[in-house]
Amino acid sequence: MNAYMPYILCMILFCIGVYAILAKRNIIKIILGVVIAEYAVNLFLVLVAYKAGGRSAIFSETEVILPGAMVDPLPHALVLTSIVIGLATTAFLIALAIRLYGKYGTFDITRMRELRG
Amino acid sequence: MISEGIVPLFVAIPLAGAFLIALLKRIKGISDTFGILASAGTFALSILFLLKMEAGQRVIYNIGNWGGFNEVLGKIVGIQLAVDGLTIFMLLIVNFVAFIVALYSVNYMTRYTQKWQFYCLFLLMLAGMNGVLITGDMFNLFVFIEIASLASYALVAFGTEKRELEASFKYAVMGGMASLLILMGVIFLYSYTGTLNMADMTGVLAGSQQPALMYLIFGLLLTGFGLKAAVVPFHAWLPDAHPSAPAPISAMLSGVLIKALGVYVIARVFFTIFGFPHQISIILMTLGAISMGVGALVALRQWDMKRLLAYSSISQVGYIMLGLGIGTPLGIMGALFHLFNHSIFKSLLFLDSGAVEYAAGTRNMKEMGGLSRKLPVTSGSTLVGAMSLAGIPPFAGFWSKLIIIIALVEANHMKLAAWAVLISIITIAYIVKVTRFAFLGALKDRFANIKEVPVLMRISLIVLALVCIFGGLLLIPEVRDTFLSPAVRVLISGTGGGAGS
Repeated sequence: MNAYMPYILCMILFCIGVYAILAKRNIIKIILGVVIAEYAVNLFLVLVAYKAGGRSAIFSETEVILPGAMVDPLPHALVLTSIVIGLATTAFLIALAIRLYGKYGTFDITRMRELRG
Repeated sequence: MISEGIVPLFVAIPLAGAFLIALLKRIKGISDTFGILASAGTFALSILFLLKMEAGQRVIYNIGNWGGFNEVLGKIVGIQLAVDGLTIFMLLIVNFVAFIVALYSVNYMTRYTQKWQFYCLFLLMLAGMNGVLITGDMFNLFVFIEIASLASYALVAFGTEKRELEASFKYAVMGGMASLLILMGVIFLYSYTGTLNMADMTGVLAGSQQPALMYLIFGLLLTGFGLKAAVVPFHAWLPDAHPSAPAPISAMLSGVLIKALGVYVIARVFFTIFGFPHQISIILMTLGAISMGVGALVALRQWDMKRLLAYSSISQVGYIMLGLGIGTPLGIMGALFHLFNHSIFKSLLFLDSGAVEYAAGTRNMKEMGGLSRKLPVTSGSTLVGAMSLAGIPPFAGFWSKLIIIIALVEANHMKLAAWAVLISIITIAYIVKVTRFAFLGALKDRFANIKEVPVLMRISLIVLALVCIFGGLLLIPEVRDTFLSPAVRVLISGTGGGAGS
């Protein structure tokens, strides 16, 4: 098992998301693509903080834990923010999808032709 | 001397306004009042900063008072808000346009239901943009970009007709991708430098060499911010999104949003953090030149007034990128001055298109004609905006284009200078089309009974038109030293040139 494997898998996940956004015709599948790409980036953010054998960044009174043995706590805080932003984006996209379905009666993006040219 | 405690107010005032509007929406007239008051408040604050800041001063505010760790750990912990010359320059533009747009919306938005939602989202967008401008922290930058973007997606869809929803969906998906790329770039930067603070990052990056990773970060950030700034080839969402939004929002999006979220951040990140490497200069100039051409040529064949203006925005942002890409003090000054001018005249033109739509009920220029007799203020201000856009002396747009072209010649980019002149001729062609077909010619029968727009809309049009006419005065040395030069100096010091203009 290569040490870079998690990063590579993470990038593959991101590419799957981008593929879904670019190639799919169904609005819901495009939204799923955005969500997958988003999760890949969040996962990457957590991976950056990871340290082999590291433990959570909490000091203890009973044992001595050096800061060097802890995982980086900052990305953990950042990823929470990022997840919340992702939730807002997803909720907005789904609301749009519902309204679009109401107008067109379909989720097929190729049948929505108001804006061509 | 100015207290750092008022820096967060740039974000807090619009946020509080948005919150109060949502809370008190049942009281009649509350949304208009708060919308105008909040944007006027932030505009007044930015003027205060402009007048009180000393040259070269940088006001820093530590959120949550984490600044004390600086002395203990020797590095910056927590989020910093920083205001310098460039920030003030942008803050003034953004809040001025926002204030004018808020005035204009009072009458215009009566066409739509749920006015309070409009003002609420509008103030959220303003808070996001001000946040982007004042933050000194990379992740915080991403958060504010998302606040402004999410509000703008919703505002594009405000009409909730087929066209608006579709444009908004396209915009939201592409904007979402852009945000993810930006976030990924920020993560790479963090894992490489070990800090999120921009000033710290500059220090770490200055003493390090790792080209391969740097190129990856450049690519990610440039694509992300390029998408937000709608630079060709990342422009596909703009011609749909900007015309679909209500006119005041088109003015905000084209006038300031693409600059605050795109151009400003590109300048900030690539000049002050990365020290403006040579490759970036070439990329910015290439992208700028392509954007100018594509935007102007496609604008020529548009018949929808707002769509034409949207393509024109792509072209004009190309000018700004080209000026930034030169990297000389004169080029940067031209770029920033053009950024200012473009904000003013493009907001003016979009508000005019809204006024025409308000009065005549159409945006298709084939259906218009002879409106100047019925709409004297609208047609007059459109003419001023059009002249400024086309670069006719003595309007403000002429001077900024002239500076960019002179800077190109000075830096020995003769072909690009010729290209910039050629595109400005094409600009005249497409903008004459607007004035010719919409306002001149014979008045059509169906427009016999239309009236000039209400007084608040007229006031905002006239104010913007006056700024267009007298904008050239900013180049007078005394005025330039307080407004334009500090902003240029911030970027120049980033390139390592140091000398300044």
